[in-house]
Amino acid sequence: MSALELRGLAVSYDGVAALCGIDYALAPGTWLGLIGANGAGKSTLLRALVRLVAYQGTVRVGGAEVARLSRRRLAQQVAFVPQTPELPREMRAIDYVALGRTPYLGYFAAERPADRRVGHELLARLGLDALAERPVGALSGGEVQRLVLARALAQEAPVLLLDEPTSALDLGRRVEALELVDQLRAERGLTVVAAMHDLTLAGQFATEVALLDHGRLVRTGTPDAVLTDAELGRYFGASVRVLRDDDGDLVVVPRRQRGGPS
Amino acid sequence: MRSGEHAGDGAPAPPPVSATRPVLVALAVLVVVTLAATAIGPADLSLATVARVVAGHVGLHLPGRVSAIDQAIVWQIRLPRVVLGGLVGAMLALGGASYQGVFRNPLADPYLLGVAAGAGLGATIAIVSASRATYLLPLAAFAGGVVAVSLTYLVGARANGYATSASIILAGVAVAAVFTALQTNIQQQHAADLQPVYSWILGSLSVATWSDVRLIVPYVALSTVVLLGHRRLLDVLRVGEEEATSLGVDPRRVRLTVVAAATLGTAAAVSVSGLVGFVGIIVPHVVRLTTNASYRVVLPVSLISGASFLILADLGARMLDAPAEIPLGVVTAFIGGPFFIFVLRSRRSRQGTL
Repeated sequence: MSALELRGLAVSYDGVAALCGIDYALAPGTWLGLIGANGAGKSTLLRALVRLVAYQGTVRVGGAEVARLSRRRLAQQVAFVPQTPELPREMRAIDYVALGRTPYLGYFAAERPADRRVGHELLARLGLDALAERPVGALSGGEVQRLVLARALAQEAPVLLLDEPTSALDLGRRVEALELVDQLRAERGLTVVAAMHDLTLAGQFATEVALLDHGRLVRTGTPDAVLTDAELGRYFGASVRVLRDDDGDLVVVPRRQRGGPS
Repeated sequence: MRSGEHAGDGAPAPPPVSATRPVLVALAVLVVVTLAATAIGPADLSLATVARVVAGHVGLHLPGRVSAIDQAIVWQIRLPRVVLGGLVGAMLALGGASYQGVFRNPLADPYLLGVAAGAGLGATIAIVSASRATYLLPLAAFAGGVVAVSLTYLVGARANGYATSASIILAGVAVAAVFTALQTNIQQQHAADLQPVYSWILGSLSVATWSDVRLIVPYVALSTVVLLGHRRLLDVLRVGEEEATSLGVDPRRVRLTVVAAATLGTAAAVSVSGLVGFVGIIVPHVVRLTTNASYRVVLPVSLISGASFLILADLGARMLDAPAEIPLGVVTAFIGGPFFIFVLRSRRSRQGTL
């Protein structure tokens, strides 16, 4: 059974199509890298999967239709890390992570000790346990990034959605955060769908890549198959060269247009 | 939960934010304030006298005698006023804190959505159309407040298909403007009733009785239970509507429930006290600044401290210019106005922290 299955997924904002005719199925443990130019529909696709935007078509998570799940049940199945999370600066890190347990708590219920333990273990796993009682506002950019990830992981959902997860980080932190997601994917069999800006990182971490253009899925496949000079040049409107580094990893390099714009 | 089993490996998880200590401190303050406010007045009573009378009414007999006059002053005049002030203050502060939580706006309070304007219109209509039937006044004010907020919600929701915090607050401003205009118009046409309308709008507890207390207790109790029940969800809403949604919470349902509960309690409170402003802003902010920003702390502590605050404000209202009374709303506004500016300024320096 697919971990995540999209059939005829379409989204429109005020009659303008933002996504259209998306069909895709992901096996458990897949890391799908969503790539595409700005406005191609990457964020919209992720947001549709957690019902933050209305959509047509069918989305199934672990066989269950997303549209029929309660918000609570959906949050037990799919965790979402937004591009720019809203941070309650005065909330302690441990309390912030414990918010991820909300889908398992009754409407009026308080957190149970087990919920606190899940939160604390995740902080330890992500190297933040020493900061557990610090306010969120006192953490650095990289720490916040891991904290938000910890909150999403506290949902213990089989599917993890990341919207440009590392756009605010410097290079070292960027790789570190993605490594962490990759380890957790391997450990827990997580299915990851990540909108990725950095094509080199998409090539290195994703097991599958889907290229969106104007709301349509135009190319899907392994990073090797999709990330080519021709495809990227065509859909990103830029001249690029895809190289291999010494380890055989993909490197996507932009090329200057000699002679300037015509 | 599998992942919870290895908790013994490292340090134990820090406990959740606890309200126990601030709640105990706030309760101690409330007891002192209540006794002091009951003892202080034109006829000077000792704390012992107050304690004896109160004990006598709950079936305890403390040694010593209390004269019948002192007995009446404490039980018929001072205590109903103090208790009513406490209930009103508790409700306004809890309502304000809850509104700030669901609208994620530090200046939100029930008045912003039209409770005050609606209650004012209701009270004015009651006064000019049946000035003898004073028992109608609280009911009319209550109905007016609930109607205004319902209208605010409908208008705010219609504006763009569904209700967002901003559209509801804007609708509240519009509804309040219309209701205030109607109220002013009616008031001008009935100049003879200007005085009672005015004194109600300025707020006062000077004619408080036990029947006022009985009138609002059920509403305040129901509202308090519902609002305190939402204290964790209000913390979830601090990450914004979208993220709260992705955590399995329906922010619109939470907002509707909290607004309904807070409005019910607040409308009941102002129906007996008149329009007492700023309590819902001052008290939760002081609580936030002195304890913790978590609603798991802010809600219960605001409830208790709101009672203390309004009892003290009312003590000021009757003692500062004795034997004359200063309207209670004037006292709270006098403290609240400068405080409002303080909140705005501190908000600017700590953008987005509340």
